[in-house]
Amino acid sequence: MLIRAVLHRIATGLVTLVVVSVLIFLGTSVLPGDVASIILGQMATPESLAALRSTLGLDQPAYLRYFMWLGDLLSGDLGISKAGSGAGTGGTPISEMIAPRLANTVHLAGAVALIAVPLSLGLGLAAAARAGTRLDRSITLTTLGLVSVPEFLVATALVLVVAVYLGWLPATAYVSGTETGTALLKALALPTLTLVVVASSQIIRMTRASVLNVMSSPYIEMAVLKGLPRRRIVLRHALPNAVGPIVNVIALNLAYLVSGVVIVETIFAYPGLAKLMVDAVQTRDLPLVQACAMIFCSAYIVLVFIADLASILSNPRLRYPR
Amino acid sequence: MAALLEIEKLVVNATGGADYPAPVIQGVSLQLEAGEVLALIGESGSGKTTLALSALGYAKPGLEFRAGEVRLNGDDILAMAPDEKRSLRGQRVAYLAQSAAAAFNPALRIGAQVTEASVLHGQLSQAEADRRAADLYRALGLPDPDHLGRRYPHQVSGGQLQRLMAAMALCTRPDLLVLDEPTTALDVTTQIEVLKAFKDVIRQEGAAALYVTHDLSVVAQIADRIAVLYAGEIKEYGSVDEILHRPKHRYTRQLIDAVRPPPDTALGPLEAKDAEQDVPALEVTNLTAGYGRKQASGQLLKVLRDVHIRVERGHTLGVIGESGCGKSTLARVISGLLPAMQGEVRLKDEPLEPSLRQRERRQLQEIQFVFQMADNALNPHQRVDQLLGRPLEFYFGLSGDAKKQRIAELLHMVELPPEFSGRYPEELSGGQKQRINLARALAASPEILLCDEVISALDTIIGASIIRLLKRLRQQTGVAFVFISHDLSAVASFADDIAVLYAGQVVEQGPARRVLAPPYHPYTRLLIASVPELDSSWLERTLALRETRASIDQAVEITDRGCPFYRRCPVAIAGTCDRETPPSHTLDQGYTIVCHRSEAELRRGSFS
Repeated sequence: MLIRAVLHRIATGLVTLVVVSVLIFLGTSVLPGDVASIILGQMATPESLAALRSTLGLDQPAYLRYFMWLGDLLSGDLGISKAGSGAGTGGTPISEMIAPRLANTVHLAGAVALIAVPLSLGLGLAAAARAGTRLDRSITLTTLGLVSVPEFLVATALVLVVAVYLGWLPATAYVSGTETGTALLKALALPTLTLVVVASSQIIRMTRASVLNVMSSPYIEMAVLKGLPRRRIVLRHALPNAVGPIVNVIALNLAYLVSGVVIVETIFAYPGLAKLMVDAVQTRDLPLVQACAMIFCSAYIVLVFIADLASILSNPRLRYPR
Repeated sequence: MAALLEIEKLVVNATGGADYPAPVIQGVSLQLEAGEVLALIGESGSGKTTLALSALGYAKPGLEFRAGEVRLNGDDILAMAPDEKRSLRGQRVAYLAQSAAAAFNPALRIGAQVTEASVLHGQLSQAEADRRAADLYRALGLPDPDHLGRRYPHQVSGGQLQRLMAAMALCTRPDLLVLDEPTTALDVTTQIEVLKAFKDVIRQEGAAALYVTHDLSVVAQIADRIAVLYAGEIKEYGSVDEILHRPKHRYTRQLIDAVRPPPDTALGPLEAKDAEQDVPALEVTNLTAGYGRKQASGQLLKVLRDVHIRVERGHTLGVIGESGCGKSTLARVISGLLPAMQGEVRLKDEPLEPSLRQRERRQLQEIQFVFQMADNALNPHQRVDQLLGRPLEFYFGLSGDAKKQRIAELLHMVELPPEFSGRYPEELSGGQKQRINLARALAASPEILLCDEVISALDTIIGASIIRLLKRLRQQTGVAFVFISHDLSAVASFADDIAVLYAGQVVEQGPARRVLAPPYHPYTRLLIASVPELDSSWLERTLALRETRASIDQAVEITDRGCPFYRRCPVAIAGTCDRETPPSHTLDQGYTIVCHRSEAELRRGSFS
């Protein structure tokens, strides 16, 4: 039963990935222009366009091009970007462009996750355990406020206070890839802080709501009437039954940290993956857009799968069928 | 010697009391000696649970202690600091909830939950507590006591879980147990073994107990004294014998009268049948149904097999059996909610499509379903007039004044005043909600009403009034009922015909007075013997019967081979009953028993 549930999730994930790849392919196909016209740019003549299209295989029917693209993707070949290409010369391999950006994104997302997840679980549980008290109300109000504030405002406010008035940290977070130690930490500090604020609010609210929902169950009343301390009731009796929604909101927030942080990256001039994709859209660098989109979607699917797995494993009914 | 528990002039109010002028508990005083079992009896809303929980210093959310004292061995519980209350709860006073299925945490192992309090209060080490738990499992007659604690709550049966809750409460050796309707949710056959286990273990441990219930016959088995509660006041207080045989207060007498008499052989004939030649309102033939879960054998799980039933117009077919026997599945198949795998459902001789979706609107209108939990069946965001108005619009296109008038008629039919049309479900009592639930089904002017355990969630007095209402409706409207219940007395008081269902098969079927009188199928006999009586010696007498002994702690088995009742049957024939499908004896027209025992043996009631 457990294995079946897990296999089912894996299968669903794979199917979703295939569907997403089709959508990405279709989506980039409807953008005006194709790779040939982009590469040739102003030099394009109908003859040179046709010639380049046939070398690139762009004259093939769409479904064939899709399978060629998918095949390349599966063998690790992300394709050639337009960037750096001159007239008639080839561009930079996309994998080379993506690798450092991906590393930056993982650094930032990792730092945010390390801080935000324990922090928000702690605050969410504290609010649930002391529901209705001043602590709970201040946590609820603050998070509600922060959830409603757009992230560029949070980022700008932090830059104003920490970088401009206090002068503690640099206002931008440009990293070239050679920084280590303190320099890297300093560069990462402000974007990390911004994203911690944004991601934590949601996780805190969801943790509080799911635990409180469980707290009204009869087995919690039973635990109270057994004379258990509040801390134990929340951590041992309520939390295991609230894992499902909590891990899901964590997964969604982590996925967002990988793909959705373009605004924060722009404000801090941080060279992450999301910014790379937006730039690629602007320059109509279609292979690069496709590659980034696939990475983002895979991150979503993998994280959601992990969350599903965690909630399946937290349910003894599935682990130990009768 | 001072009493163990003294409650003095206790007043409990709803918080923000202005909306509720009357306190939930209005100045109640009572005393409980060590080792004594005191039953708190009353209908729902009488405050019995609130009173019992005061012994733990606990008021449910929305309630607060307003005045009075609760003393345990002289210590004032209500005045205790939170930490003192914590060390009291689970240690000196322990609580058993109504539903063990809800009171056990599904995410934790049973053993951890049973031993938790005694380890946490520092009474025992984990190893000592585990040993104590195993001893308690043994004393409570639970299977495999040494390994039971490793299981999760969903891995044991409901009756076992209920006894495990007793182990959880007793593990700390409390002075006082608070039991809140601990057998109400159980089947009668399971109730016997749980009652027996509770009674023995309470005596063995020497604990005092507050036993909250609405069921007088259960009280008769287990309590020393009874306090009758009504509207937050104790109306009568005395020994079991005094209360049951010489009740003084009018309300106590009402409670005793509402105890449905156990179905017995002296049951007079119900109204004569004149419908034999007529086309029946509903006929089900060769019905086999199940759920789409594949079993290890690759077969679908069959919940009903080869069921035949027939409901005459304006008559009631009672369907009786334990939980899990397929009663509700039968109703779901008839209504088309669950398409059958095989067999046919005929409405007034017209075959129906298996699935609801393919049935015509007219056919849908003829068969209406009344669900068990009115709480869940009525949309809390709709007023009564919306709830009743929807079927009137859907089936009859009524609107405006015609609809309004019909809604008033429907309310009148279920004996509610017309003002109720403006209320929301949460403004109604449990019995009133069930009446609206009925009125909603009646709004379709059906030929057949499928009533699935409609009185199980109600207490005795309200339940009895609903049965009276159903009888009147049957007479007034000529509607036929399929009345599903695990409560034999309820079925006996309302059904013309009875089908006894065991593990998805009909084992005995016929006119009510024949089914409830000898000869019996061995399972019917067990069911009848399991209905508690208002007599303190009943539990012992019943436990002495071979039917009860043979069936205790045997799980219901759904089997393809032989008779499903084989493992619990006191007169099973090894080698035959477990291998061959039992034959059906027709003892009379329309009266059958399915059993390997011969007709003569069944008639004699003695088996060689």
